[in-house]
Amino acid sequence: MSTINLVLHVWRQTGSDDKGSFETYQAKDVSEHSSFLEMLDQVNETLVADGTMPIAFDHDCREGICGSCGMVINGTPHGPQKATTTCQLHMRQFKDGDEVWIEPWRANAFPVVRDLVVDRGSFDRIIGAGGFVTARTGSAQDANALPIAKGIADQAMDAAACIGCGACVAACPNASAMLFTAAKAGHLNLLPQGQPEKESRTRNMVAQMEAEGFGHCTNHYECMDACPKGIDVEFIAKLNRDFVAATVTARAPLNTRAK
Amino acid sequence: MNQALTFIDTTIGKKIVMALTGVVMFGFVLGHMAGNLQVFLGPDAYNAYAVGIHKLGPLLWLARGVLLLSLAMHIATAMQLVAQSAAARPVAYKVKKNNKTTFAALTMKYSGMWLLGVLLYHLAHFTFPGIAMGDYQHQHFSAVYTNVINGFSVPWVTALYIISMCFLGMHLFHGSYSLFQTVGLNNPLRNGTVKFIAQSFALLVTIGNILIPLSVLLGLVK
Ligand code: HEM
Ligand code: FES
Repeated sequence: MSTINLVLHVWRQTGSDDKGSFETYQAKDVSEHSSFLEMLDQVNETLVADGTMPIAFDHDCREGICGSCGMVINGTPHGPQKATTTCQLHMRQFKDGDEVWIEPWRANAFPVVRDLVVDRGSFDRIIGAGGFVTARTGSAQDANALPIAKGIADQAMDAAACIGCGACVAACPNASAMLFTAAKAGHLNLLPQGQPEKESRTRNMVAQMEAEGFGHCTNHYECMDACPKGIDVEFIAKLNRDFVAATVTARAPLNTRAK
Repeated sequence: MNQALTFIDTTIGKKIVMALTGVVMFGFVLGHMAGNLQVFLGPDAYNAYAVGIHKLGPLLWLARGVLLLSLAMHIATAMQLVAQSAAARPVAYKVKKNNKTTFAALTMKYSGMWLLGVLLYHLAHFTFPGIAMGDYQHQHFSAVYTNVINGFSVPWVTALYIISMCFLGMHLFHGSYSLFQTVGLNNPLRNGTVKFIAQSFALLVTIGNILIPLSVLLGLVK
């Protein structure tokens, strides 16, 4: 088993009031088979042994589905491997002696909690504004009671693959949340179950996105490139389309909610 | 605090205004180019074209009004969006890689600002003369051919126009295609074709417009 040594430049920040700065650490004898998070765990053990605060980073599933392990690695959200979350990134992607810069998602709407951990509550509030369907309770419906064309089901599935990690915002030169909002609104707007609330969902999710202070979309498509689930920017065009349609048909003013 | 938003308050709405006003101006620069390429047909045809345009009277002012309004809305929304996005990332990355975007897309605000400056100069140069340079003599619009020849006989003026047309080309290289995504007309089946046609028009405007000052400076049009 081969091991590598790395020089890490890690963003350290004690909280949203702290200015923060980079600290340099040595990552020694890192197995090429370990994941990026395991490498950080290993570094943290040495930090703890030295009496230093370990590097705080978010993680949960460590299998690429929860979306919590976001960090910008050498300028790319989730690091150099395409369509891969940080927890699924293996150290064989790095060479012995590499310098690695590790930063949190940088966006006004994602305040730093500590080090690499950011508060993605703004995403939760966008979902809360309309990323749901109203379903009847009671016994389960018959399977296939609602016919859905295969192509539509596939498209909705592609949008639903979004794990809400925030890499799109992190990658966007404008810190825009359009890909996230578009995926979450588009997934439900495509399906028959999402039709009753399509208009209000589209408008309320967009309004909440605006209220959170994200930037605007200038079609750089960096979001799509960084997305660990490969969500396509065609959903952004769909959101634009749905938003125009919803604006045309709406009978009530568009209100943003309290943060 | 709750707050009522209108379409134009949202970044999507503002961006759609930018795209639509951009289309109006794109249409204008195409027509403007087609009109001025008539300089290659000789003084009589070109001067007749200029006189013909001024004969349109109220229609000319309607067109100018639509263009001015488009320009004003394009710039107003651009400034708001650029300011909002600058505020959206208060702490910059130490290391940031862009893998997908283009230089043209990243510099839209700079190419746009350059175009605004040069537009004002251009109007002062030919439409409302007075800031003209060198041995340039501005005559009535019925002698517009002579104005063009005199105007572009000054090398730095010609250079300025050629550089500016490259900026216009860059602005439209991104804008002409980006606007389809903005207004929601993206379709993976057609994106390649749309992009090719849109960017061909951007190239056409750039080259067509460069031909005029360059030909005058090289003495190909006298
Ligand atoms: C005169 C000053 C101008 C300024 C300050 C300006 C600025 C901008 C900015 C900042 C953008 C946004 C880029 C983005 O969001 O990606 C933009 C987009 C655009 N501009 Fe301009 N621009 C100007 C003139 C023009 C002219 C003369 C034309 C056409 C001939 C034009 C056509 C467009 C188009 C088509 C877009 C694309 C909209 C989209 O991405 O959906 N602009 N402009
Ligand atoms: S820890 Fe869940 S996606 Fe990485």
